[in-house]
Amino acid sequence: MSAEGQESSVAAVDAATTADVDRARGDGRTALLSVRDLRLRFGGVKAVDGLTFDAYPGEIISVIGPNGAGKTSAFNCITGFYRPTSGDILFDGESIIRKLPSSIVKLGLGRTFQNVRMFREMTVVDNVKTAMHARISQNVFDAILHTPRYRRVERQCVEDARGWLDFVGYSLDEDLLASQLPYGEQRRVEIARALASQPKMLLLDEPAAGLNHSEKQDLIALIRRIRDLGIGVVLIEHDMGLVMNISERVIVLNFGREIADGTPDEVRRNPQVIEAYLGADEGEES
Amino acid sequence: MLQLVVDGLFVGSFYALVALGYSMVYGIIKLLNFAHGDVYMVGAFAGFLLFSTVTGLVASGGLMSLLLVLLVAMILTGLLGVFVERVAYRPLRGSPRLAVLITAVGVSFILEYGVRQIMGPNPRVYPVRLTGETFNLLGARITLPQLILFAVAGLLMVALNFLVMRSRDGRAMRAIALDPQAAKLMGVNVDRVISRTFFIGSALAGAAGVMAGAYYGTVDFLMGFVIGLKAFTAAVIGGIGNLYGAMLGGILLGLLESFGTAFLGGEWRDVFSFACLILFLSLRPTGILGARVVERM
Amino acid sequence: MTTRAPETRSVRGLTYRIEPPAPTRVRPAPARGLREPRRFMSLVGGLLLLLALALPFINASPYIISIGTSAFIYIMLAMGLNIVVGYAGLLDLGYYAFFAVGAYTSGVLATNDMPLVFTIPFVIVACIGAGLIIGGPTLRLRSDYLAIVTLGFGEIIRLTANNLELTGGPSGISGIPTFAFFGWSFRDGLDLFGIHFNGKILLYYTAVLAGGAFAVLAVSRLGRGRLGRAWRAIKDDEDAAEAMGINTYLAKLAAYVMGAIFGGLAGILMAAHQTAISPTSFVFLNSALLLMAVVLGGMGSTPGVIIGALVISLAPELLRDFSSWRYLIFGVLLVLMMLFRPQGLWPSTAVLPFLRFRARGRSPREGFTDHGEPSENVDRSEELA
Repeated sequence: MSAEGQESSVAAVDAATTADVDRARGDGRTALLSVRDLRLRFGGVKAVDGLTFDAYPGEIISVIGPNGAGKTSAFNCITGFYRPTSGDILFDGESIIRKLPSSIVKLGLGRTFQNVRMFREMTVVDNVKTAMHARISQNVFDAILHTPRYRRVERQCVEDARGWLDFVGYSLDEDLLASQLPYGEQRRVEIARALASQPKMLLLDEPAAGLNHSEKQDLIALIRRIRDLGIGVVLIEHDMGLVMNISERVIVLNFGREIADGTPDEVRRNPQVIEAYLGADEGEES
Repeated sequence: MLQLVVDGLFVGSFYALVALGYSMVYGIIKLLNFAHGDVYMVGAFAGFLLFSTVTGLVASGGLMSLLLVLLVAMILTGLLGVFVERVAYRPLRGSPRLAVLITAVGVSFILEYGVRQIMGPNPRVYPVRLTGETFNLLGARITLPQLILFAVAGLLMVALNFLVMRSRDGRAMRAIALDPQAAKLMGVNVDRVISRTFFIGSALAGAAGVMAGAYYGTVDFLMGFVIGLKAFTAAVIGGIGNLYGAMLGGILLGLLESFGTAFLGGEWRDVFSFACLILFLSLRPTGILGARVVERM
Repeated sequence: MTTRAPETRSVRGLTYRIEPPAPTRVRPAPARGLREPRRFMSLVGGLLLLLALALPFINASPYIISIGTSAFIYIMLAMGLNIVVGYAGLLDLGYYAFFAVGAYTSGVLATNDMPLVFTIPFVIVACIGAGLIIGGPTLRLRSDYLAIVTLGFGEIIRLTANNLELTGGPSGISGIPTFAFFGWSFRDGLDLFGIHFNGKILLYYTAVLAGGAFAVLAVSRLGRGRLGRAWRAIKDDEDAAEAMGINTYLAKLAAYVMGAIFGGLAGILMAAHQTAISPTSFVFLNSALLLMAVVLGGMGSTPGVIIGALVISLAPELLRDFSSWRYLIFGVLLVLMMLFRPQGLWPSTAVLPFLRFRARGRSPREGFTDHGEPSENVDRSEELA
């Protein structure tokens, strides 16, 4: 289902934005994630106010904007944790507005959290294994009786978990409890965990927050490795250096809707973006 | 039928008083104080001790003595509530939900079996029994004690309403209920307001306890258990966190019970109440007056 | 370069969309033999089981055997509650309801001429049904509500049993026969190697021991499998668990129903052990005590829960003199535990120090290898992003 097919429900301005981007690409690629006129109200507060954008398979996008612009609220709507007031969200052609977060993950949309939410009482390996829940066939009797299928599945799970942990560059003991890890490592494992759910697209909510310089370099390399696997990445970030470095496209949010959507250079020069950030130096030096 | 209404309203006013404490505490720190029903029980016993041991004015058994004992018992139970919050709940404020709930169960046990140790396992007879003439109101019988207790309960609720709506404390409570962080930034001493909330809620429950003891005649260490559940039911029906909801829910539950037992028989009274609870939670968890919370999946 | 990911395929029980990278690091060799903590604990468990089996030969007084039987039924109950509270973190204050359902179902059927063994499938079905009816609507609610609602249901079941004629009203059901197989009943005793085993009590003990051992094994294995991980994730952080693709509602329901089944099975054993049941056996106090056993021992930890169950069930016998103080002390212990050591006596993440040392070749840490109180997973339902 093409992005164009959705335009009947989109305001003229938004249609122009999407069409612009498609034209820039020069190919009629279908968006994997389509957000259409998303609105979310809490009482009198409009957290998200008509947000529209597309994310294509295998690209790295950043979503930036001043604090309170609605970025995490939008993420929460997309991943099913908040129910939007109106609008539509399509993933892989299906509307995911009314779906449970777990169903959305099963469709291939994974996420990490702004404040790393590891399962603190579980080991690092078990943390990664939880994400494989939906992809394992193992029933209660297998678990109780330790059938061959149980052993096979568990062995494979450990193998895969180790693979993902190595992929993200985790180098400590895998039997450590998540609460015993330093912050940077927790972030790493959280990404490994999200990857283990076999996503087509990964939403990372401020993955660089609290990381030091070398950790950020690792993160950049990791995001590129993820993209090379064919997984699209959508980042919320405040670190401008990182954003400009890694993104193929940048979407800028303010007051709950997108005010710019283009390449890093385009966005950097966009007068509306500059105005939104006027006086506020939020990015750290890369 | 009017008799059923009168009886229901009467019982309902007890439920309402206890439900208010539940609702207030839940509104402010999102905790269902499992031990709240036992505070009611402690109030009843406090009244029992006061009536039994203090002679003179009290021995007269009249209205004045009741009010005096009521006041003292309310203060005592209020202080108990503050103590429990300080010692058992405040240290766990950042802890997982489960830990606080389990602690509340523990506190409930301590109160119940502590009182049992001190006062014995058998029901104790209240030294003061309210008696009075029976009036005939449009075909329904209502006694003077009932009227008095109605009045006291009503007065307490009006006083509470005044306190919450008008006073600085009340505004602070509502502020914390809406947004604890913002309230702190506005200079509200969150700890103190929470303590006051516990004081008021527990005092109300204590008042209900004394009145129940004086009206029904006996008290035992487990009398708070069922009341606690019913008060929770009332708070849920009315909309938990909402004070008017607690009052409404209490009255409504009393009426529902009254009519329910008329049809099903007295032994099904509690089952009927709990069934109401489950029904409401399944169909309308926010209660009648409850606010619409942002929909989470 | 930026191509669409391949379709899913199934390999060895897992479905894949992307080929997961192969592990690249060299990992230390796993601990061998008894050095591996799990194997060691299994050995300890096996030895304890043998010890329990040998108990009748050491001291055959009916009193001791009876206490032992009750203790093992209690262990079975505690393991069932461990699934609900310990693994999934659902505060169930009405667990005894399932115990009652099991006891009454088998009691009613058995006193109407059904052999006790045949009541087992009926009990399982009844408990699954009860679990779905109770859990279905309530598991969508917040954890605070769940606690009180389960309590309410426990009361409903008890009061219903008290009021209905079918269940014998306040006096309950009596004369429940014991296990019988094709004309031979436990009561007849068993002759083995020339020794006459006084049937009911001893064989009963063995049957209960088998049941308890099964419960311990099954529940601990469940905890290590796929569902067990899902439950522990939910307990730790329900939203994050949802974000891992775990349908938390269904998983919680599964925990609740499975706990119900174990409770019901324990109920059969108790009904036959005591031959008579009445509503007073199922008061809230008992649910609370069972909860204490699980919490004090260590939520989610098999050794912890066993210890907790033994303490709570044997304390009344051992502390006869303090009987009136008992419950007050339990209450105080519960509050103190939550304030200072919420993980319980034997935390689920603990490993015996000397095992850790052997497995890793590093210096052991003091005491149990556990960590501080978890501080995440506070209520977030009103959080604005």
